Amino acid sequence: MATRIIAGKTVQVNEEGFLTDPSEWNKEIAAEIAKDEGLAELTENHWKVIDFCREASKGLGGKSPTLRQITTGTGVQTKELFSLFPKGPAKKVARIAGLGKPEGCV
Amino acid sequence: MADERHVAFICSKGDLDMAYPALVMGWAALGNGIDVTIFFTFWGMDMITKSRQKRLELAPVANTSMKMKMMGLPTGNLGIPNLLGIIPGMTAFTTWFMKKKMAAVGAPPVGEYLQMLVDGGAKLYACKMSVDMMDLKKEDFVDGVLDIVTASDFLDMTEGAQIIFI
Repeated sequence: MATRIIAGKTVQVNEEGFLTDPSEWNKEIAAEIAKDEGLAELTENHWKVIDFCREASKGLGGKSPTLRQITTGTGVQTKELFSLFPKGPAKKVARIAGLGKPEGCV
Repeated sequence: MADERHVAFICSKGDLDMAYPALVMGWAALGNGIDVTIFFTFWGMDMITKSRQKRLELAPVANTSMKMKMMGLPTGNLGIPNLLGIIPGMTAFTTWFMKKKMAAVGAPPVGEYLQMLVDGGAKLYACKMSVDMMDLKKEDFVDGVLDIVTASDFLDMTEGAQIIFI
């Protein structure tokens, strides 16, 4: 398993760049990955989504919830979710939240 | 590279089960940052026609894949006999059954699913020849359908895209 230093902390990542141990994640790491993903700043609404995913992942074996689970769980509309995390929100959210990519098609 | 990928679907079928492939794959594509364009032609236009979208059906007649065991009966590979399929109400029954199965895996109804794709940035177009043939107008289509275009227009706007025919 590869490791990477993000925001001064060494974390384990898989070949696609997803953190493999959600407990190694912290908010500074999220902000750093977000910058890599082209998001200069994480706003309150970004955090609403990230916090929901972190919580939901506990029942999903460390995987991020699907986009539909996010919209129904947070009340954030699809359009807004795609504007908060443009160009591939499914993987982007998972990466920033330090979770595995979602398993599920909806 | 994900940024450059573009997937285009041609939806030509109006059966309930044939509505889902483009929706599922299109939604997955958008989630992965891939551009999505969908061209609706022939019966596929039912998916975007206001008066038809909620009424897509699945017929049991001549459907060799729909086995009775899907309904929980221990009947192995036995299909629904075509003769039973012609009984009034059987198409309604298999449609209801398929909708129940789709809902069980968390898939929303076709209209809602398509709206999710539109909200996620998918571009929808209706086929001009089919529109003329079926005497439809842009007002007959759900919101999100951007335009009525020719096959040639569609090919122009999907240059370099991966095209999937359904």
